[in-house]
Amino acid sequence: MRLLRIVPDDTKFDFMRFRRISFPMSALLSIIAVVLYFSHGLNFGIDFVGGTLMEVQSKSGPADLSKMRETVSGLGLGEVQLQQFGAPTDVLLRVAQQPGGEGAQQVAVAKVRQALGDTVEYRRVEVVGPRVSTELLAYGTIGLVVAIIGIQIYLWFRFEWQFALGAMIANVHDIVLTIGFMSIAQIDFDLTSIAALLTILGYSLNDTVVIYDRIRENLRRYKRLSMADLLNSSVNSTLSRSIITHVTVTLALLALLLFGGHAIHSFTATMMFGVVLVGTYTSIFIAAPILIYLGVGLGREPRKEEG
Amino acid sequence: MLHFSRLKATTVLFTTFLFCAFAIPNFFPEKTVQSWPKWAQRHLVLGLDLQGGSHILLEVDTNAVRKEKVESLRDDVRRVVRENRLGSPGAATIRGTTVEFRVREGVDAQVALTKLRELSQPLGGILSATGQRTVDVVEAGNGIVRLTPTEPAIVERIRQSVEQSIQIVEKRVNELGTVEPSIQRQGVDRILVQVPGLQDPSRLKELLGKTAKLAFRLVDQTVPIDQALNGNVPAESDLLKSTKAENNQPYLIEKRVVVSGEDLTDAQPGFDQRTTEPIVSFRFNNNGARRFAQITQENVGKPFAIVLDNEVISAPVIREPILGGSGQISGNFTVQAANDLAILLRAGALPAPLTIIEERTVGPGLGQDSIEKGKLASYVGSAMVIIFMFLTYGLFGLFANIAVAINVAMIFGVLSLLNATLTLPGIAGIVLTVGIAVDSNVLIYERIREEVRAGRSPIMAIDAGFTRALATILDSNITTFIAAAVLFFIGTGPVRGFAVTLGIGIITTVFTAFTLTSLIVAMWVRWWRPKTVPI
Repeated sequence: MRLLRIVPDDTKFDFMRFRRISFPMSALLSIIAVVLYFSHGLNFGIDFVGGTLMEVQSKSGPADLSKMRETVSGLGLGEVQLQQFGAPTDVLLRVAQQPGGEGAQQVAVAKVRQALGDTVEYRRVEVVGPRVSTELLAYGTIGLVVAIIGIQIYLWFRFEWQFALGAMIANVHDIVLTIGFMSIAQIDFDLTSIAALLTILGYSLNDTVVIYDRIRENLRRYKRLSMADLLNSSVNSTLSRSIITHVTVTLALLALLLFGGHAIHSFTATMMFGVVLVGTYTSIFIAAPILIYLGVGLGREPRKEEG
Repeated sequence: MLHFSRLKATTVLFTTFLFCAFAIPNFFPEKTVQSWPKWAQRHLVLGLDLQGGSHILLEVDTNAVRKEKVESLRDDVRRVVRENRLGSPGAATIRGTTVEFRVREGVDAQVALTKLRELSQPLGGILSATGQRTVDVVEAGNGIVRLTPTEPAIVERIRQSVEQSIQIVEKRVNELGTVEPSIQRQGVDRILVQVPGLQDPSRLKELLGKTAKLAFRLVDQTVPIDQALNGNVPAESDLLKSTKAENNQPYLIEKRVVVSGEDLTDAQPGFDQRTTEPIVSFRFNNNGARRFAQITQENVGKPFAIVLDNEVISAPVIREPILGGSGQISGNFTVQAANDLAILLRAGALPAPLTIIEERTVGPGLGQDSIEKGKLASYVGSAMVIIFMFLTYGLFGLFANIAVAINVAMIFGVLSLLNATLTLPGIAGIVLTVGIAVDSNVLIYERIREEVRAGRSPIMAIDAGFTRALATILDSNITTFIAAAVLFFIGTGPVRGFAVTLGIGIITTVFTAFTLTSLIVAMWVRWWRPKTVPI
């Protein structure tokens, strides 16, 4: 049987030269992402801003959105968003957080339930009060920071500090770009988004670590090679693995995206963007070449002269 | 790397088999599994997002506990003042978190201080060694004494309140007759109630939202209700609303509680024999029966009120003394309302009000949909990965696929062993693990390809490939594991489910990479003595 070779043997791409394009491009994209974050903002879900989310299914054929909107808007609950969700019978209702503390949220749900009555099936009802949403936001933020720091400490133990710093820059780059994507796509930003971000972090690093491992190995083995050549050779020799692994992860994510249903749709979409698009790019075009600037292998030159 | 002693090979196979075997109970119906020995019963639990149900997070009103603590201290101070004639009991008043009392002129302030100090007990009983006390008593000059409950005493009281609340919540939830409700303490002052299969939590919330302090009190008839409404409320009475919204005429009720809900021994819903109206019948304990008999004897012809959480359920006229220690409450109930009131009275009153701060309910329809979608995505995802691996690595791809299949079986085994909860994001975590688990094989195989190209013999190449790749596999998986661990600690519900499957998936992936994959390849090498490596 002839086996599939996605990447030919012995590729010799000059990835390091790309850094003159990839660095400015990443910087620009990061700036755009930050600008998007501040101009468009994130579409914070009820986990972080409180409020009520209801997924209802009309019992009598396709849902009449405008009629439902009329019914619900008369309740004096402030802003209520209605949105088709998957099948034409399914509607997603979002009631903004009510002023007046925890009890007021429960009153709002009861009102909506009463107004819609038995015409719909309540498939999902989520109510998050002000106290819980404040905490979840804090936990989410702390979680991201703790994860980044924890991973840095691990890398710092396993590699030299330059590697840890390089990985950290790549990390932050991934997260910033993914948040920019979530801003532009107006994906609900909730607890599952934090899960997606942390997973992206983990996998992007997974990739980076594989390349770094090879760089470290080559640093010991080829003492005469220039740093750029050494990095190039390391990325090239792990290229096949990078691509194949990304194909398998993409296949798994694709299945989740197409068949996993709406409940995890934004979760997988975010992950697809973060792991497949950004993660791969970062490891090869940012995490590896940045080591040149961070001074990895500076101590190698004298040894070369000796040898 | 490729050398496996018989013992080592057996150990690897046995461990793998054992972990896979733990997944077996999941494939049998619940009933069958229950007849198995206890240790074999451990199985996966479906999360509320998959089986449907309600998740309700309650918070105990700690401010109410603090307030109550100060109020009871004030009552104690008044008692001491009265018993020792230290001044007028009414002079003891609450200022914020402190009770303040001015000693009557002519009374020695030191004597008053000594008497009041007796109110302060060692915290945790006489034998407690902490040296902390329940009340701070200070003299502020001018014959003023200030008493403040200490923070440790309040914290202890809050702890007790939460404990009691959990027990009462348990009783109330169990009355709903649902399968396996779970009630857990969360943090300091929170209670998490999870009820699988509950579609509409309205009734549950209704039951949990009531403090259910029941009191039998006499109706104050010294002042006509009209005058009371105009502000002329006697000091020892309260104006209370009716529980029924349509009845907006309030009642004037004496503050003194004749018999409280604590003296009830039983409460059952039923029907009035004459009117067939739903009622709740109750029985008092000895103490309650005696006091109720006495009061009803003394007040024949007068109305008394049945008060729940400071609202009047009804205020019937006492027609004859009630001596039997039992009675009935009628209040134009529906059957459901009578039933709920009986539940509340049986379970007892909460020490402090509970607030619902988070609610997540998933209907059974959505849960079933999610299970089906999760399954479909898993099958399609796995199939695509398996086919791709076979196309890329041929025979070795097949080895990788076997390893991944066993890997997934082990994930289920470990999840079952931990009685872990499987959620929809959890399923996503497993699918993702399939995608990423093959990475360890890819790393090994790519390394072998490189070693072959470098001119090594097949066996040398395989051996070197394994040895070099394993270090990388460990390094690269630990980063993801750190992320999963963090997620486990910050996440709740479905997200935590994702963290669990992701984390376990990483562990089983590393385990299979180090043991099973190399064992399979080693056996192949031993049996076929390959001249070339087919990858």
